[in-house]
Amino acid sequence: MEGSAHPVARHPLDAHAPDVVRVLRDDGTLDPTNDPGLRSDEVLTLYRAMVRARLLDERLVLLQRQGRIGFHIGCKGEEASILGSAFAMRQNDWIFPCYREFAAALWRGMPLQRYVDNMFGNANDPVKGRQMPDHYTWKSGKFGSVSSPIGTQITQAVGFAWAAKIRKEDAAVLVYFGDGATSSNEFHNGMNFAGVFKTPTVFFCRNNGWAISVPTERQTASDTFAQKGIAYGVPGVRCDGNDLFAVVKVTRDAVARAVRGEGPTIIEALTYRLEGHSTSDDPKAYRPEAGLDSWRRLDPIPRLRRHIERTIGWTDAQDKELETELDAELKAAIAVAEKTQAPPLESLFEDVYGELPWHLQEQRDELLRGPRAKGHGH
Amino acid sequence: MPQMNMVQAINDALRHEMRRDSRVVVLGEDVGKVGGVFRVTQGLFDEFGDDRVIDTPLSEGGIIGTAIGMALYGLVPVPEIQFSDFIFPAYDQIVSELAKYRYRSGGEYPAKLVIRTPTGGGIRGGHYHSQSPEAQFIHVAGLKVVCPSNPADAKGLLLASIRDPDPVLFFEPKRIYRAAKGEVPEGDHTVPLGKASVVRKGQHVTIVVWGAMLYEALDAANQAAAQGIDCEIIDLRTLWPLDIDTIITSVKKTGRVVVVHEAPKSCGLGGEIVALINEKAFLHLEAPPKRVTGFDTPFPYTLEMEYLPLSHRILPAIIETARY
Repeated sequence: MEGSAHPVARHPLDAHAPDVVRVLRDDGTLDPTNDPGLRSDEVLTLYRAMVRARLLDERLVLLQRQGRIGFHIGCKGEEASILGSAFAMRQNDWIFPCYREFAAALWRGMPLQRYVDNMFGNANDPVKGRQMPDHYTWKSGKFGSVSSPIGTQITQAVGFAWAAKIRKEDAAVLVYFGDGATSSNEFHNGMNFAGVFKTPTVFFCRNNGWAISVPTERQTASDTFAQKGIAYGVPGVRCDGNDLFAVVKVTRDAVARAVRGEGPTIIEALTYRLEGHSTSDDPKAYRPEAGLDSWRRLDPIPRLRRHIERTIGWTDAQDKELETELDAELKAAIAVAEKTQAPPLESLFEDVYGELPWHLQEQRDELLRGPRAKGHGH
Repeated sequence: MPQMNMVQAINDALRHEMRRDSRVVVLGEDVGKVGGVFRVTQGLFDEFGDDRVIDTPLSEGGIIGTAIGMALYGLVPVPEIQFSDFIFPAYDQIVSELAKYRYRSGGEYPAKLVIRTPTGGGIRGGHYHSQSPEAQFIHVAGLKVVCPSNPADAKGLLLASIRDPDPVLFFEPKRIYRAAKGEVPEGDHTVPLGKASVVRKGQHVTIVVWGAMLYEALDAANQAAAQGIDCEIIDLRTLWPLDIDTIITSVKKTGRVVVVHEAPKSCGLGGEIVALINEKAFLHLEAPPKRVTGFDTPFPYTLEMEYLPLSHRILPAIIETARY
């Protein structure tokens, strides 16, 4: 899109670039060339999930500003990339997250209450208050464990997919990472191993323009992130990451390729981080507000809404109703999470090892004898 | 029982466990067709095929990162890092990921690997083929660290490590890969993790040691005996979590202790052992605990036998401690 005023080279959603897969037209109609053929109930479910993610992002930022939670790292503007790709994975496939994909965890069945518990780090947090907010896990939904180091999940996802291949079991693995992670050791290692061993891996690069304050042209001199696959023997494809249908199409194609035994694919989803990196970041320090307007016009949620308005006659009243419903659900979850106690003191020592070794027993006993044994709080 | 060296005993353990448990896979640089640069995995490729004995691209981070993924899937990977000096590209995966996985996922994702890696000096390998980085892993919550000194322990500790629920760094003292020989039990043979071995009973001075330096300590103890000093030698075997009871029981008896390791002195495991002795047996001590270790320098090439804590450096420490 030539209208983009900010300095990110190569990055703006270029509808005219012939290699970028795009389905959803500006008027809400679909280009039949790459239409993945979603049913209208599927589209509506995805629309609701995208709106839910947006509402969560906005409310969680407010909670952080009020000092009620310590941190949030959101996906505002990237909902179509995250939910379209999660939707395209089959039930027996796995998802290895970066840290910006809570919407995919919820899609995979993590109850909202558990996610909000993670935001508060309370006793019901899936990770028992041991990590920052937005560092959760949901194994029963075949969803991995979030960590903060950049790119480490990429090689792990490749090893996981490789193991499925070794065991001759049908599972593909999608791994999320940002444009910044393509500079990490583990992107190189993961792509290289996946190429050599033809693992059933879908590398999903959310190119959202920024790695905290550093724009894409400081990550690479390549024309695209997808073309990095060429060096590894891994086919690459770019798609409009703010176009739900395009994301579903390219991800499904990559999964089908993996399942056929043809190996990995790298997807570069062109999207945009509409907020700061996290609640700890102030993007005004490095990018002009004016540059955001062109991206706001490409916001994936209004684009999808134009589509469902055309196809099923979705109305403003229904949006209002949806927001009320989601808001009530979230308020209830926050109320419960806020009232839930912190994890018990002894949980600090559990799960370090399979069994508690003597030195941790000593340290636990010392803590439990100490002044904080009764009545520790959040 | 058959006589084996360390290489044969470790090979025997891997073969035994791979036959017993189809989830066990070996991966690393040159571990396949050639059987590893030290030939520890020799013959496994022919028996188990390249789905289970895998020559990988030359990247330690890739080896450990993918092995973690395999472990999360349910395999039991036993990756080899060709020299422990080359483990550092994988340090992030080991320290930030492998060690933390169970804890950070609230117990949902235990990640279990045994990372085998040759360690230690005395083979004219210079700085990059000689170091002993065990303390850099002991300092990391969530890892277990093992270092055998003889073939029977090498087999038994490796089998125990593979069956243990936690990630294990398995350091193989390369200087004694072929020099240490002994009888090795056939078939299933495990040595429990966390249990030291008292290899020499004595009354006067406790020596705590592991890996290749055990033989230097034994040599020094024999020389000390000629001077009327009776040493007790503890082969730690599992470096972390270590066998505190065996150490403290011995020190309470002797009141004197010398800790020997190849790694640099400052912040080495010896320092932690001395601190634990001070905490748990201070009033039993008759002399300041001593450390005989590598120096706080990079590992040298030409002067490596001056760097290593060989018996000629251990003996004066024993005498000084005994006569304090």
